[in-house]
Amino acid sequence: MSARRIFARPARLAAVAPYLWMVLFFLVPFGFVLKISLSQTAIAQPPYTPVFDVTEGRQALTAALAQLSFDNFKLLVSDDLYILSYLRSLTVAVTSTLILLLIGYPIAYGMARLPQRWQGIAMMLVIVPFWTSFLIRIYAWINILQHDGLLNQILLTLHIVSAPVVWLSTDSAMYLGIVYSYLPFMILPLYATLSRMDASVLEAASDLGASPRQAFWLVTFPLSLPGVAAGALLCFIPIVGEFVIPDLLAGSNSLMIGQTLWLEFFTNKDWPVASAAAVALLLLLVPPLVLYDRLQRRQLEGGR
Amino acid sequence: MAVGRITRFNMTSLALGLAFLYLPIVILIIYSFNASRLVNVWGGWSLRWYHEFFGDRAMLDAAWMSLSVGAVSATLATLLGTLAAIGLARGERFRGRALFSGMLYSPLVMPEVISGLSLLLLFVALNAERGFWTVTIAHTTLTMCFVTVVVQSRLTSLDRSLEEAAMDLGCDPLRAFLLVTLPQIVTAIVAGWMLAFILSLDDVVIASFTTGPGSATLPIRIYSEVRLGVKPEINAICTLVIGLIAVIIVIASFASKLSSTRGESAAPF
Amino acid sequence: MIGSAGESGLTSVTAGEASAEAAKPLPEPIVSDMPLLRIEGVAKSFGNFRAVDRLSLDIRAGEFFALLGPSGCGKTTLLRLLAGFEAPDEGRILLGGNDIAQVLPHERPVNMMFQNYALFPHLSVRDNIAFGLKRAGMARADIKTRVAEMVALVKLEGLERRKPDQLSGGQRQRVALARSLARRPQVLLLDEPLAALDKKLRESTQAELMELQRRLGMTFIIVTHDQEEAMTMAGRIGVMDAGRLVQVATPRNLYEAPATRWIAEFVGDINLFNGQVVGREHSRLAVATSDAGTLAVSELWPPVTKEIVSVAIRPEKVKLSRRAPASDEGASHMINRLEGVVVDVNYLGGITTYKVKLESGALVRSSMANTARLDVDAYLAGQRVVAWFTADDCLVLEQ
Repeated sequence: MSARRIFARPARLAAVAPYLWMVLFFLVPFGFVLKISLSQTAIAQPPYTPVFDVTEGRQALTAALAQLSFDNFKLLVSDDLYILSYLRSLTVAVTSTLILLLIGYPIAYGMARLPQRWQGIAMMLVIVPFWTSFLIRIYAWINILQHDGLLNQILLTLHIVSAPVVWLSTDSAMYLGIVYSYLPFMILPLYATLSRMDASVLEAASDLGASPRQAFWLVTFPLSLPGVAAGALLCFIPIVGEFVIPDLLAGSNSLMIGQTLWLEFFTNKDWPVASAAAVALLLLLVPPLVLYDRLQRRQLEGGR
Repeated sequence: MAVGRITRFNMTSLALGLAFLYLPIVILIIYSFNASRLVNVWGGWSLRWYHEFFGDRAMLDAAWMSLSVGAVSATLATLLGTLAAIGLARGERFRGRALFSGMLYSPLVMPEVISGLSLLLLFVALNAERGFWTVTIAHTTLTMCFVTVVVQSRLTSLDRSLEEAAMDLGCDPLRAFLLVTLPQIVTAIVAGWMLAFILSLDDVVIASFTTGPGSATLPIRIYSEVRLGVKPEINAICTLVIGLIAVIIVIASFASKLSSTRGESAAPF
Repeated sequence: MIGSAGESGLTSVTAGEASAEAAKPLPEPIVSDMPLLRIEGVAKSFGNFRAVDRLSLDIRAGEFFALLGPSGCGKTTLLRLLAGFEAPDEGRILLGGNDIAQVLPHERPVNMMFQNYALFPHLSVRDNIAFGLKRAGMARADIKTRVAEMVALVKLEGLERRKPDQLSGGQRQRVALARSLARRPQVLLLDEPLAALDKKLRESTQAELMELQRRLGMTFIIVTHDQEEAMTMAGRIGVMDAGRLVQVATPRNLYEAPATRWIAEFVGDINLFNGQVVGREHSRLAVATSDAGTLAVSELWPPVTKEIVSVAIRPEKVKLSRRAPASDEGASHMINRLEGVVVDVNYLGGITTYKVKLESGALVRSSMANTARLDVDAYLAGQRVVAWFTADDCLVLEQ
């Protein structure tokens, strides 16, 4: 038994409670989503009739399997509303992630190049907004962007525009809100890799004749790719399923999948269709989730 | 990275980035002291909207609900998350480890609509009465993952020979952990609690799914008000929430300075 | 798993005795012949890698023993086996007659000083030193006395309240030492204890460690990759390679009579000439070498059994002169002479090293003490010289 082993047994014992908790409240619920996505809509409360009841045992299960309903999924692929909202979610997520990278990279790069004692402060300054409520931050933008809000007032005073511009309920407002909310998630992993980078590697590059621009593209950028991947996944995955920001800032003519799900659930009370939408969304997110899980594990568990 | 070279480009990108992050919040705080009902007109300084909030029974109830859900779920999440971090950082290889870490890491990015919907369906299936406890359980599930990540990264960065030294000097594993490891990770645990509390205080989507009638949290209330347009009272509430969070951050950074050891303080990722 | 199993009988007895004898003068060192620690056929693998390979070793009470070897030779693993951080796959570790191979680290009367010191950053110097005493259930007053005693022993007075990060490297090393000594372990294990110190500090600390070990009469086992350090401090050195002990000897024997060619090359510098035994008379061998002609070599015990051998000679035993020294044929000091040209001169202060190229093309290294301040005796590159050495100074190593 090695010293590590001596600690391993009590440590595993410690993990039992959180393990059970996550199985019960994270894993099992997905089973219910799957089950209900295969159910029929009912008007009753809760608004679905289950295809099978677990308590009825194996016979009922096999009977139920025979008449599983894929109606909800058929609806998802036949109705333009759903397909369009999927496509829109993907477009919005890809576009936002690219914008975030373009904005976040220079900031993280600037932070990593600050003198050591300023880096901590800059880091703090980037994290603090992340700690403040994100709903409040979106609300703050509504304040600024509304018809008679600060932005239009400034533009009018400076005679840049002659009449108030409609900012709210547009895609620009939504992108602004997304970028604003997710910026720290992009900056921090980028900063983490950039600041860990060995300064002598860059010096070696310039010593070997690389111009600063070449040194950046040939050395710094390739070395920061793990940070880019982490930042991109950390933003992309939740943005695909984002609900609050598009709901508050974008117009209502085209919906993201999160909004569609919400609408089906709360307004149409169609739980099975909402569940089917959730399952479809989850399937879409499996590849990036797996990638993200691997990255996260490598980062947190070191060389193991 | 080369340290100490501040080019104009670096400075500008940093300054613009920070202005972008902070300006909207500053504006919101200033406008919460606006005497005028009209948002675009500055009517002088006033605490009018704060008075209005403290007279608004429904809002106060929601605020209380949010604070208590936050406190209880953050405490539960810190407990469970720390245990999970210990399991992952010190448990070596065990069966089901990949599933365990997967379950703990994915909620960090999982779209909230999915987590919310799935938890609601579980509560319905269990026939649980929806309200304080369902929201608390939902928030615990989400936020314990953040606690795990924060504490685990601290634990893995710790020098394992400290624990060996403790054993060498007569500690069994449990006492080695309590006397030597725990003091090193206490700041990370505190940071984890705060992160959990603030995330809980922030959440609209999961709370909307898992709460029952008559027990709305503050973000749910704010959200439904915001959908109807900007109201000065919301500015005041938001400022109060920001103030509360600021106080928590200040206390925490003060506490971490007090117990500062050479180790780096925990980042939220 | 272990719960609060309490302290082993051994530990509490030691602690009790130690506090009683605290007032008495420290005992004279007694190196008894009875082994205190007996390692019997101990093996430890990590996956496919055999870190320690069926190793046996006896260590006597009061001994200062050094484990020397290149990195990856298993010396640290062996130390960790003794501390209890690893358990052997096979074999026994007997301490005072009891097998402790499966005893957990916190229940062993053995303490370890870690290479990186592993000081508890949240505890003051005093609390670091008292840590192990508190675990042993020592009375508060006794702890206070013992801590004061240890602080004085390692000369850290006035720093008791400091935290480790407020100490210099040398001070931290002393805290680590005091902390591991405080429990009066039967055996103190030191893992590269001086590796983090600079050269000057390392030398003075070596002397202090030896002095301390002599005064306390404790058994020290030190792991090091620095042969000079091992030779300076240890009474006996065990050289390890690939998980095995290849030789256990006093520093002098290790240097002057290495058991194998590998050790001869690992410990210090050496000239090696491969050859074949062609003659043998009066315990003197004639070895025909390909590089240096036939060399006369005194044969030591045990006699050489193989034909193909290496003749080894340390550089400081190779003398240079402008002319061949007067020969005294037949006498005990049979002299070997090799003619060549100086090709390289390195002045190192106390000594100067030369490389002499023989006619065969082989290089012979010689080092000579600079006994005079002026360089009247120095040789220059390009100069023709005779490199000579006696038969007694040569070693015969089987290949």
